[in-house]
Amino acid sequence: MEYFIQQLVNGITLGSIYGLIAIGYTMVYGIIGMINFAHGDIFMIGAFVALISFIIFGLTGVALPIILLLVLLIAMLFTACYGWTVEKLAYKPLRGSFRLAPLISALGMSIVLQNYVQVAQGARVKPMQPLISGGLEFFKNSEFIVTVSYLQIFIVILTIILMGIFTYLITKTDLGRAQRACEQDRTMTALLGINVDRTISITFIIGSSLASVAGMMFVLYYGVIDFYIGFLAGIKAFTAAVLGGIGSLPGAMLGGLLIGLIETFWAGYVSLEYKDVAAFSVLIVVLIFFPTGFLGKPDIEKV
Amino acid sequence: MEKKDIIQSFKDSFFTGLIALALFGPIVGLRTASKGEGLFITPQWGVVFVLVGLCILGRFLINLNSARKTEITFFSKFTSKFSALTEDKAKHFAITAILFAVVFPFLPFTDRYFMDVAIMILTYIMLGWGLNIVVGLAGLLDLGYVAFYAVGAYSYALIATTFGWSFWICLPLAGLFAAFFGILLGFPVLRLRGDYLAIVTLGFGEIIRIILINWYEVTNGPDGITGIPRPSFFGLPFKRSPDEGETSFHLFFNLEYSTMHRIIFLYYLILVLALITNYFTLKIRKLPVGRAWEALREDEIACKSLGVNPTNTKLTAFAIGAMFGGFAGSFFATRQAFISPESFTFIESAIIVAIVVLGGMGSQTGVVLASIFLIGITEMFRDLEQYRMIAFGGAMVLIMVFKPKGILANRKPTILMHGDKK
Repeated sequence: MEYFIQQLVNGITLGSIYGLIAIGYTMVYGIIGMINFAHGDIFMIGAFVALISFIIFGLTGVALPIILLLVLLIAMLFTACYGWTVEKLAYKPLRGSFRLAPLISALGMSIVLQNYVQVAQGARVKPMQPLISGGLEFFKNSEFIVTVSYLQIFIVILTIILMGIFTYLITKTDLGRAQRACEQDRTMTALLGINVDRTISITFIIGSSLASVAGMMFVLYYGVIDFYIGFLAGIKAFTAAVLGGIGSLPGAMLGGLLIGLIETFWAGYVSLEYKDVAAFSVLIVVLIFFPTGFLGKPDIEKV
Repeated sequence: MEKKDIIQSFKDSFFTGLIALALFGPIVGLRTASKGEGLFITPQWGVVFVLVGLCILGRFLINLNSARKTEITFFSKFTSKFSALTEDKAKHFAITAILFAVVFPFLPFTDRYFMDVAIMILTYIMLGWGLNIVVGLAGLLDLGYVAFYAVGAYSYALIATTFGWSFWICLPLAGLFAAFFGILLGFPVLRLRGDYLAIVTLGFGEIIRIILINWYEVTNGPDGITGIPRPSFFGLPFKRSPDEGETSFHLFFNLEYSTMHRIIFLYYLILVLALITNYFTLKIRKLPVGRAWEALREDEIACKSLGVNPTNTKLTAFAIGAMFGGFAGSFFATRQAFISPESFTFIESAIIVAIVVLGGMGSQTGVVLASIFLIGITEMFRDLEQYRMIAFGGAMVLIMVFKPKGILANRKPTILMHGDKK
C-alpha cells in the first residue's frame, strides 16, 4: 500500500511534466492540423537553457525562490524564440502543401535541433547538483516510508498555476478567442479581420514556453540531461496528447497524468527495462480502439 | 529600390540579428563543460558573433534582391529541367547505370574502400526501393522501417547460427519473418490516418529495438550476435584454407587467394537483390494491386467508393515493403558477420525515409541519386559527423520548403484514362 502511494506521487510528478509538453502538441495540432515532431527537441532546448541559467545564477548566490523565478522566465523567453523561428522557417512555407510535407519538414527540424545542441554543448550527459532537497515523510511506522519531496510539491503546484493562467488565456482573452476561431475555420477567421499568421505564431510561442517549463522541471527532477532527452519525452507527450484526445487542452493534461502514472506503475510493478515499451504500446492500443481519445471530438472526413 | 525599402530592410535585418542572438546566445555562447565535480561555463562569444553576423548579412541580401521569389523560381526551373531530362532518358540512364554498376569492381581505380562504400550505397538503394513501395506507391509514411531491417537481420543471424543452414535458405526465411512482422503491425494500425501512422510505426521501431536490447536469452542483448556465417559461392566458401573435404572458391577456379573475391561477390549479391526489388516494383505497379496502391495514395475516399478495400491493399504494400527490408537485413547480417541493436536506431529509419523523400516519392531513379548523394556526402565528411547530421536535417527541411515533391517528383499515375502520351 505504501509502495503504491509512493508510485502514485512519482507518477503525478512525471505526469505533470508530460502534460505540459503535451499541451504544445495538442495546441499546434488543433490549429494547423500537423504533428509538430520537433516539439520534443524544443523541450530539450528549454532544459538546456534552464541548466545554463541555473549554473550562472548558482554563482551569484541569490536566494533560491528568486533564482527559480528568474530561470523560469529566461527559459520561457529563449525557448519561445526557438519555437517561433522553427515555425517561421520550417512550417509556415508549407501551409497548404500535401499532408505529409510538414511532418517530414518537422522530422528534419528535429534532427537539426538535436545535432545542433550536440555540437554546441557536447555529447556528454550534463549532471547538476540538486537545488531543492528534503521533503515530507509519511507512514513512518511502516516498513516502507513514503517520501514526498519539496521538489515534487513544487513541480505539481507550478503546473497547477500555469494551467490556471493558461486556461484563463484560452477561455477569457481575445487571443484565446482568436485561437479557437482559427481552430474551427481559418479562412473565415481571416475574413473577420484576425491575423491568422500572428495567431499561429503565438500558439507556437505559448507551446514552446510551456515545454521549456517542463524542461526546467526535468533538469531539477532528474538532475541530468543530454541532447537526446527530447526524443523519448516528445513521443510520450504525444502519446499523452492522443490519449486525452488530440486538440483538447484539458485532455492533454489528463493524458499526461495517465501516461506518467502508467509509466511509473509499469516500472514499479512489472519491469523497469520495458517501461518505454509500455508507453509505446499504450499509444498503439489507444489509437486502435479509441482514436479520438478521452476528451477529443470525432474526426469526420469530408470529400 | 527606393530609400524606404532600404530602411525597412535594415530594420528587418536588425530584428533578424536580435532573434539570432537570442537563439545562439545561450546554447552556442555558453558551453557547459564538466570539470571534476559539477558543471562550468566556457563562453564562446566569438562563434556567436560570427553566426549572428551571417544571419544579418543573409537576411539583408535576401531583402536586397527580394530574392525570395526569384530564388524559388530559379530553383524549381533548374530541378524541373533536370527531372524532364531524366524522365525522357530514364531508360538510357537506367541501362548505363546498371552497366556501370556491373563493371565497377573491375575498373582500375576501384579498391577495397570504394567497394565497401559501393556496397553500403547499394544496401541503402535497396532499402530505399523497398520503402518506396510503402511511402512512394501506397503513400503511407513509415518511420519505423528499420524495425523490419532489424527483424530480417536478427532472424537471419539466429537461424544461421542455430541451425547452420546456408544463406540461400535463410534469406527467404528472413524475408518471410519480416513480412510477417509487417502484417502483425500493419493489421491493427493501417486504419489510422497518415500522420498517426507515422508516429505509431516510429513507436514500433523503438519497441523492436528495446526488445532486442533487453531479451538477453535470444538476442544476447546489447552485445549482439557474433560469428554469423558468411555466404558461399554456390557451396564454395571464400576461405584461404578450406576445411577437410571442401573446395574453396580460389582453388576451384585456380585463382590466387584474395579477400577481394568475397567483397566482389557480396557486391554482386546486393546488386542483384536491389535489382530484383526494382524489377518487382516496376512490374507490380502495372498489376491491379499496384494500381490500387497509387489510387489509394491519391484519394482514399474515392477508392472506398469504388470497392477497393483500403486496409487489405495497404497491408500488402506494408508486407511487401517489410519483406524487402528483411532481405536487406539478412544481407547486412551476412556482410558484417556481427549485428547489435546499435545498428537499428531511429536515425537509420530517418535516413531511409530521407532517401525516398529527397529522391521524389515514387521515383526509382530518384532513390538511386539520393542514396549516392547522401551516403557519398557522409563518406566524404566522415570527420565532421555531427555537422553532417545538421546538414542532413536541414536538407530535409529545405527540400520540403522549396520542392515538396522531391528532386525527381514522379507522382504521375502509371495509367491515365485518356492516355496523355505525346
